[in-house]
Amino acid sequence: MGALPETVQVPVKESTRVEYGKILAQLGEEYPDIVVLDADLSGSTQTARFAKIFKDRFFNVGIAEQDMMGTAAGLALGGKIPFASTFAIFATGRAWEQIRQTIAYGSLNVKIVASHGGITVGEDGGSHQSVEDLALMRVLPNMVVLVPADGPETRAMVRWAVTYQGPVYIRTSRIPFPVIHDDSHIFKLGRGHLLREGDDVTLAGIGLMVHECLAAAELLAQKGVSARVLNLSCLKPLDWELVVDSARRTGCLVTAEEHSATGGLGSAVSEVLTEFYPVPQLRVGIRDTFGMSGKPEELLKHFGLTPEDIAKAALKAMARKARS
Amino acid sequence: MYPISDPNQLKEIARQIRLDIVEMLYRAGSGHVGGSLSATDVLVALFFSHMHLEPGNACYPERDFFVLSKGHAAPALYAILARLGYFPREELSTLRRFGSHLQGHPDSKCTPGVEVATGSLGQGLSVANGLALALKLNRRGQRVYALLGDGEIQEGQIWEAAMTASHYSLDNLTAILDRNRLQIDGRTKEVMSVEPLAAKWEAFGWHTAQVDGHSIPDILEALKACGGIIGRPSIIIAHTTKGKGVSIFEDNVKFHGVTPTTEEYQQAVRELQLR
Repeated sequence: MGALPETVQVPVKESTRVEYGKILAQLGEEYPDIVVLDADLSGSTQTARFAKIFKDRFFNVGIAEQDMMGTAAGLALGGKIPFASTFAIFATGRAWEQIRQTIAYGSLNVKIVASHGGITVGEDGGSHQSVEDLALMRVLPNMVVLVPADGPETRAMVRWAVTYQGPVYIRTSRIPFPVIHDDSHIFKLGRGHLLREGDDVTLAGIGLMVHECLAAAELLAQKGVSARVLNLSCLKPLDWELVVDSARRTGCLVTAEEHSATGGLGSAVSEVLTEFYPVPQLRVGIRDTFGMSGKPEELLKHFGLTPEDIAKAALKAMARKARS
Repeated sequence: MYPISDPNQLKEIARQIRLDIVEMLYRAGSGHVGGSLSATDVLVALFFSHMHLEPGNACYPERDFFVLSKGHAAPALYAILARLGYFPREELSTLRRFGSHLQGHPDSKCTPGVEVATGSLGQGLSVANGLALALKLNRRGQRVYALLGDGEIQEGQIWEAAMTASHYSLDNLTAILDRNRLQIDGRTKEVMSVEPLAAKWEAFGWHTAQVDGHSIPDILEALKACGGIIGRPSIIIAHTTKGKGVSIFEDNVKFHGVTPTTEEYQQAVRELQLR
């Protein structure tokens, strides 16, 4: 037997928003009660895929995000399973109080799936880049907050959301991410994922930053540092057991998010560690500022969201651990 | 017997509801008396005569839906729901108290018969639209009713929802506008003009009717007429007097959100008992 020919592994990339659009159209067949709302961005959010097949179950409300959330609430009260989509900043910023009063307060069965989260929106600039949505949704009682890291996770989350009774926020992204989960991936509420074992430091990421954490772990390995990598895609409820267990094993932690370093994953992890197992933590995220125009990779570099930035933060966290 | 069609009987129910409202708010020590009393006759017409309900059964699947978009009129809604048997009348005295089923503004999780949590103004019409869309998708003949305040329609979302209802031809939706001409800071025409009202709603594609909002027979006639409109939503502009039924409250901006003193309360009860 001769050796098998070597094949070069090209990482498969999938866009979380495209995968949302595809699975939604598929689930539309399985669940006749699914209805979809959009506010004039159905091409970008990918709900147009559903609209094309299920014309009577798709409601474009025009450029009116506040009305969209209220209409979705009414459809939920009428027994439907509404998915409401627009860009993340308009969904959670423009219509925050509608989500609070009418959807979260009444715990209505509305699924908000917002695209264009974070700065990798790119050229459209700061007005369209949501670096606040996770904080805005996380603070709402009854709200589940999810950020998929790849296509399989997106499909699993959306499928799960259909059968879950209550409000859910899912953030998708404009740019495609590498596929890291199996196609058979199943989403479990309140569960994070251990992607890589390590002893020296924990790197906890969400969305795009999960991939940056994995790359950072490679960089650290070259320096002899063993990093444990977590995908905390379920931001709320957070897998605090996994966070505490990781803190206990590695003694320090870095969070990484394509979001304000205030109010999102970094804050959520910090809240858990402060109460249950305080260890040095550094937060990689956007520091009290808005986004701007540029190519996604330029912006990631500018805002300090690269694997190098995460690796640097990891070494700093380890130094603090050594001092304490 | 339910529903009630005798206008005199409905008028008597409205008088008793007004007594309940005054009593509740006096005991609670806070709450919105003016906008509750202005909306009483409209709500009595809807709940005791016009809407398809099974009194006391909040889960009756064939029911018509009601959204109190002007959520601060909660006392009027609670008094009506109690009389219809959705919860014991004794609970009315717990309004706004810690642990009460009767929250300061409607909370669907706490109060049987309340469909939607409201209180933050301008949101109820969108929810009513969603309900109306769901009923149409399910090919159900039930209707949706929403009560709006005249100050409330200063919220931009109302006009987003006005477009949506018209765009989707929601002829199973009737909104009622409690046109009492006052809001917290003063007369609507001084705070932020809302006229020309009928022309605005007509321009948005709505069937528009205007009635004396304290004449129950007129309200009922308008509600019935709206049921026959095909292809577009309806709104009834109900011309009302804020604080209706008690001379010292009537058209007095002070009584938007201030509850009566003991003397004012006693006078209010006397007047309502004599009517």
